[in-house]
Amino acid sequence: MSVLVFADSSEGKFKKTALEVVSYGKKIAEQLGSSVVALTINAGDVSELYKYGAEKVVTVSNDSLNTFNAKAYASVIKQVAIAQNATVLIIDSSINGLYLAPIVAVGLEAGYASNVVALPGNTSPFTVKRKAFSSKAFSNTVITSDKKIIGLAKNSYGVYENSVAGTTESFEATVSDADFGVKSEKVERVTGKVTIADADIVVSAGRGLKGPENWGMIEELAGVLGAATACSKPVSDLGWRPHGEHVGQTGKPVASNLYIAIGISGAIQHLAGINASKVKVVINTDPEAPFFKAADYGIVGDAFEVVPQLIEKLKAFKAS
Amino acid sequence: MKILVCISHVPDTTSKINFTENDTKFDTNGVQFVINPYDEFSLTRAMWFKEKQGATVTVVNVGSSATEPTLRKALAIGADDAIRVNMEPTDGFLVAKQLAEVVKNGGYDLVLAGRESIDYNGGMVPGMLATLTDFNFVNGCVGMEVDGTNVSATREIDGGNEVLSTSLPLVVAGQKGIVEEKDLRIPNMRGIMMARKKPLQVIEATDANATTTIQSFEKPAPKGAVKLVAADNVDELINLLHNEAKVI
Ligand SMILES: Cc1cc2nc3c(=O)[nH]c(=O)nc-3n(C[C@H](O)[C@H](O)[C@H](O)COP(=O)(O)OP(=O)(O)OC[C@H]3O[C@@H](n4cnc5c(N)ncnc54)[C@H](O)[C@@H]3O)c2cc1C
Repeated sequence: MSVLVFADSSEGKFKKTALEVVSYGKKIAEQLGSSVVALTINAGDVSELYKYGAEKVVTVSNDSLNTFNAKAYASVIKQVAIAQNATVLIIDSSINGLYLAPIVAVGLEAGYASNVVALPGNTSPFTVKRKAFSSKAFSNTVITSDKKIIGLAKNSYGVYENSVAGTTESFEATVSDADFGVKSEKVERVTGKVTIADADIVVSAGRGLKGPENWGMIEELAGVLGAATACSKPVSDLGWRPHGEHVGQTGKPVASNLYIAIGISGAIQHLAGINASKVKVVINTDPEAPFFKAADYGIVGDAFEVVPQLIEKLKAFKAS
Repeated sequence: MKILVCISHVPDTTSKINFTENDTKFDTNGVQFVINPYDEFSLTRAMWFKEKQGATVTVVNVGSSATEPTLRKALAIGADDAIRVNMEPTDGFLVAKQLAEVVKNGGYDLVLAGRESIDYNGGMVPGMLATLTDFNFVNGCVGMEVDGTNVSATREIDGGNEVLSTSLPLVVAGQKGIVEEKDLRIPNMRGIMMARKKPLQVIEATDANATTTIQSFEKPAPKGAVKLVAADNVDELINLLHNEAKVI
C-alpha cells in the first residue's frame, strides 16, 4: 500500500505545484501509516523531491512523452499506480492535472475529488474539503471507492521541507499508438513573462485604468514584484489586454499569495475567480466599490497617483 | 455530423450561496437557474456547426424535472431535440456514466461540454465520459475546426495555447474562446415558441455506483474588515504586506 504523487515537471524542472503535492502526499502517508512514492516523467534530476518527503521516486523516461499528452500520461500513471499498489493518488489541479486525472480515475476505477484545499479531515470515511460554487463555499466530500484520487488545488496546502533519504527506481511504461489519438502540433507560449498560474503575486487592473496606453505602470509594478499581470473581463473584451489575462468566473482562476486589484470594481464574477487568493489589495477611487468588502488591505485613491508612488517605494524596499 | 451538447443546470453567477438541512443541501430558495456558462459557449459552437457545416444538435442533461426549463432554453437557442436522464446528479462519475449510455445509444460523432460546472466545480465529467466511451478528448478547448473526421483544436495551457490534431468521435470540454462571448445566443420569441414543440425525451437512469458523496457544505470563515491605508502613505501598505501579511 502506498500514496502515489504525480510530480509534474517542465523542461526537467519541477513546478512549485509538484513540491506542494509531494509535501501533501508525505503528510497523508503519515496519516495512513503508509509511504509516499513520487512519479516523474522525463524529469532529469529528481533529488529535490527527497527534500519534500518523497521516500521513493519512480522515474519514467520515454521520448514520446516529452510533450504532455493527457491520455498517454494517464496510462503511465495508471501502470505505476498498479505497480506500486497505490491506494491514494495525488495530482495537482493545474490545467494539465485537471485534464488527465478524470482519465486516470476511470482507468483505475477510483473516486476522484478535484480542487481539494486541505488534508483529509478524516481518513475513514475518507473525507476531503473541496472548493465549490466558485470558491464561495466548500463541500466536504467522502471518496467511497477503494482507490482514491485527490486533485490538490494550488497554494492550498503549501510547500514544506521534510528531508528523507530517498531512493530512485526506474519504470518501463508501455505507451501505444492508441494513447496518441490526440496529438500536439504546436505550443504557443508567451515567453519571458510570469504566468498567472505559476505566479505567487498577481497585479491586475480594470476599466479604471481608462485605456491600454496606461498599462506601462501596471507592467512596471509587476516587474518590481516579480508578478504576473492580469485584468478584468471588460479590459480583455475591449482588446486592451490579451484574453489570457482575463481572470474571473469566465476567465482564469487565480490562487496567488497576493492579488493586487487596481481600478477593478469587484463584481461578483470577478471575485469568483480570485477568492482563492490569500491576500487581496485593492486600489480604487470609489470607497463604495464592492472590492473593498473582499479585500484585506485597501487604498481609496487614484491609481494614477498611487501606483507610481508604490513602484518607487517598492523599488527602494527591494533595494534595502 | 451528430452533435450532443451536455448541459448543466446551475445557479446564476450572482446567486447567494446558502445551505439547508444542517448544511447538507444547497438552498435553491430564490435562486435563478441557468445553462452553465461554459456549456453555453459549447452550445453556441454546436449551433455554428449546424448552420455552417450541417449537423444535428441534441442537448442532454442528467437531472430531475426541475432542469427542463434549462433544456427548453437550449432548444430555444436552436438545438433540435433534448434528452433528460432522470436522476439526481450527485457525483461526477454517475453523471459521466449516464451520459456515456446516451452517447453509445445515440451514435454521436462529437460531444461538446463545458470545462466545469460553476456549482460543484468538479471538471471531471467530460474526461470521464471520453474514457468510458473511448472517444478522443480535448479539455479546456478555446478553438476548434472540423474537416470530415479530422479535427484541429486549441486548448489553453499555462501561459499560452497548444494546438492539437485529433479525429472524431471526440469529446470536447469548451470554454470562452471556442466562441467569443459576443457571439453567445439569446433565445428570441420565435425560438421560444418553437422550443415548446421540440421533442424532450425523458429516459430512466442506468445502474451505476457513485464514487463520492457530499457529506456537508461550509462557507469560508467571515473575513475581517479591510484595513484602509491613506493614499499618500504607501509606505504603510508595504509595511503591512511585509510584516503582517508576509507576502512580499
Ligand atoms: C455571466 C458573466 C460572467 C462574467 N465573468 C467575468 C469574469 O470572469 N471576470 C470579470 O472581471 N468580470 C466578469 N464579468 C463582468 C463583471 O460583472 C464586471 O462587469 C467586470 O468585472 C467589471 O470590470 P471592471 O471592474 O474592470 O470595470 P468597472 O465595473 O467599470 O469598474 C472600474 C472600477 O475602476 C474604478 N476606477 C475608475 N477610475 C479609477 C482610477 N483612476 N483609479 C482607481 N480606480 C479607478 C471605479 O471606481 C470602478 O470601481 C461577468 C459578467 C457576467 C454577466
